[in-house]
Amino acid sequence: MNFDDTPQEAKFRARAAAWLAVNVPREFEAGLNASAYGKLQLEGVDPLVAARRWQKRKSEAGWAAPLWPKEYGGGGVSPIERVIWAQEEGTYSKLSGPFIIGLGMCGPTVMAWASEEQKRTLLPKLASGEQIWCQLFSEPVAGSDLAGIRTRAERQGDEWVINGQKIWTSGARDADWGLLITRTDPSVAKHRGLTMFFLDMHSPGVEIRPIRQMNEDAGFNEVFFANVIVPDRQRLGAVGQGWTVALTTLMNERMSIGGGMPTGFPELLEFCARMQTESGAAIDDPHVRSRLASFAVRASGLQYSAWRTISALSRGEQPGPENSIGKLVAGAMMQDIAKFALSLEGEAGLILDPELAPDRARFQAMLLRSPATRIEGGSDEILRNIIAERVLGLPADIRVDKDLPFDKIPRGDPH
Amino acid sequence: MHFDFSDEQKALRDSFRRNLEKNCPISSVRAIIDSAAGHDAALWRNLSQGGFLAAAIPEAFGGAGAGYLELCVVAEECGRALAPLPTVSSVYQATEFLLAAGSAAQKAAWLPKLASGGAIGTLALAERPGETTPSSIEARVVGGRLTAIKIPVADGMAADIALVLARDERNALSLFLARLSQAEVERTPVKTIDPSRKHARLVFNRAEVEPVGEPGQGWKLLEAIRDRAAVLVAFEQIGGADRALTMARDYALQRFAFGRQIGSFQAIKHMLVDMYVSLELARSNCYFGAWALSANSESLPAAAARARLAATAAYQLCSTNNIQVHGGMGFTWEFDCHLYYRRSNYLALALGGPALWESRLIGQIRPAAA
Repeated sequence: MNFDDTPQEAKFRARAAAWLAVNVPREFEAGLNASAYGKLQLEGVDPLVAARRWQKRKSEAGWAAPLWPKEYGGGGVSPIERVIWAQEEGTYSKLSGPFIIGLGMCGPTVMAWASEEQKRTLLPKLASGEQIWCQLFSEPVAGSDLAGIRTRAERQGDEWVINGQKIWTSGARDADWGLLITRTDPSVAKHRGLTMFFLDMHSPGVEIRPIRQMNEDAGFNEVFFANVIVPDRQRLGAVGQGWTVALTTLMNERMSIGGGMPTGFPELLEFCARMQTESGAAIDDPHVRSRLASFAVRASGLQYSAWRTISALSRGEQPGPENSIGKLVAGAMMQDIAKFALSLEGEAGLILDPELAPDRARFQAMLLRSPATRIEGGSDEILRNIIAERVLGLPADIRVDKDLPFDKIPRGDPH
Repeated sequence: MHFDFSDEQKALRDSFRRNLEKNCPISSVRAIIDSAAGHDAALWRNLSQGGFLAAAIPEAFGGAGAGYLELCVVAEECGRALAPLPTVSSVYQATEFLLAAGSAAQKAAWLPKLASGGAIGTLALAERPGETTPSSIEARVVGGRLTAIKIPVADGMAADIALVLARDERNALSLFLARLSQAEVERTPVKTIDPSRKHARLVFNRAEVEPVGEPGQGWKLLEAIRDRAAVLVAFEQIGGADRALTMARDYALQRFAFGRQIGSFQAIKHMLVDMYVSLELARSNCYFGAWALSANSESLPAAAARARLAATAAYQLCSTNNIQVHGGMGFTWEFDCHLYYRRSNYLALALGGPALWESRLIGQIRPAAA
């Protein structure tokens, strides 16, 4: 048991550090350190411009999509080297926020299913940040039950006509391309009537509306399609094979290394040491200590689980199932931590104005953002089903709609 | 980074697990529960002679001289098998006290016997309800003679020696070694929540003792040894938790209700997943504790508290939910569920309860005052 790099890993780490030392945009360091939950606080520059500049610089040196093959704009490194790169890039990786969906989900799907020519055209521009991708999967009627989507694609010669609506699309307003799952045959069982496309987000008939979220932010969007034309050559996989293609995307969504998810614990610990009560610092109160300790062991448990995953990658093995618990634990933890911190703030805990609230309303913001963490990218309940079935080997849920034609499945609405 | 046990350590775990499956089936755990015997003496001798339980004792004192990572692996399997052995008392505590603070003569006299299974040691600490603190100790040594009542003492009936925390003539908390065979020690069995690990009440009536370590260093020594023991007990806890989870999973697959496997209901599936998540968090904390223990790291006190707290929570959750998944059958004496429930709640208290370790952890990771 040790925490050392292998000689080869150490050599790679030194190479990454040497490149970063002369290339990172140091003027953003303080702002990035202060940025949390995907919102960049950069002085005097549009965050997207700063993000694109950094992504471009990385791509010129092969660091933009380290794991991808070089011919598609990647760096051709191994999984463990990608982890080392991320450790070395540190706070500057926050600049890659606008490209995460493309790099993490759309890109791997394109790589698995598009033609060679398409891959050579699309992927390098995705990697370099020149083009941004979004994922058009969820619909108002289909979130956890993704295969229940209703957006229609109807064939007209060499083209498809798209009508319907997507929701919860991150970054749609900046996106050039969208990965789109559609229903092409409502008369067969729901998983069998789906087809995947990628489409130009600037196509006529695409309308994007930001969603005003419960925390007053608007990171997500609704995307409407009114007779949008997509050429058949932008189909990924066969007609009716959309579910299989979508699984490629979802597998990549869940491949991201756990432990990187923020939990709010370091902020809470520091806050409790500073917060004064009648009897001294809050951290010295036995009740506070008890709650802090239960958060502490979950935070360290996630951190050390990530190290176990990294160790598996270092040996060239697949990450073990411990990798699947990260979001499930971190999401609920952040919500509990926010509520606990507010309870320590007393009535001041209800103030949301950062100029007046304790800690610039950091825990209030956490309270209002955390419900989303427990839903986006697989709800807590779906994650529990996945772990139950794939890790513990329990039976799949009984699906009453599994073998029904899609258009015969009972719906809760009159449409 | 290699944050994992080595292939050799994993091979040791596999062979030791097979050994216990053969030599420590649940029927022999139940035999100890029903008997007056404090532990499975045949198993104790067999495993001691195999060097498993003396993994961390140097060869000079008759041990295997392997190391603490090996002992962690052994502890996990002892926990899984509910092994009725004096591990918490003799292997994780008495042996460690002697290694850390025993004189050359004390080490030579006792370590080879503890290593070979020829003797059992224990720690006699608690005296009254509530967490043991320096001020709760009334035991006193005057003129080399100890007067004290200690309860509960793990394996107190079977042990040959006890390390005892007591006040010396200057009222300083110090550690002493007492032979328990002398007439000045009265021993009475105490019925506890886990009858597979027996306890006793020990009354010392001016019993002869010898000092261990420096006078006045008793409390400091106790805390240092308990950090080490906490990691080892945490491995017993995750071993037991893993077994309880597996039992619950297997039963959920086999038991039908409402025309389907109960493991197909989300209420059951999600309960099992929460057990699994708790166990994985505990396992990862235990791995770090194992590293800190084996490397004698400065981070051992925090690492030990993390491992102990996470493993306590995981074992209590897994053993509690294991009964719930089994329904009414889980409440019978016949089903084994209660054995894990009992063990989990015993181990939660064995080195001081969660509140003590919570406070210890936060004291360790507390940021410097601003």
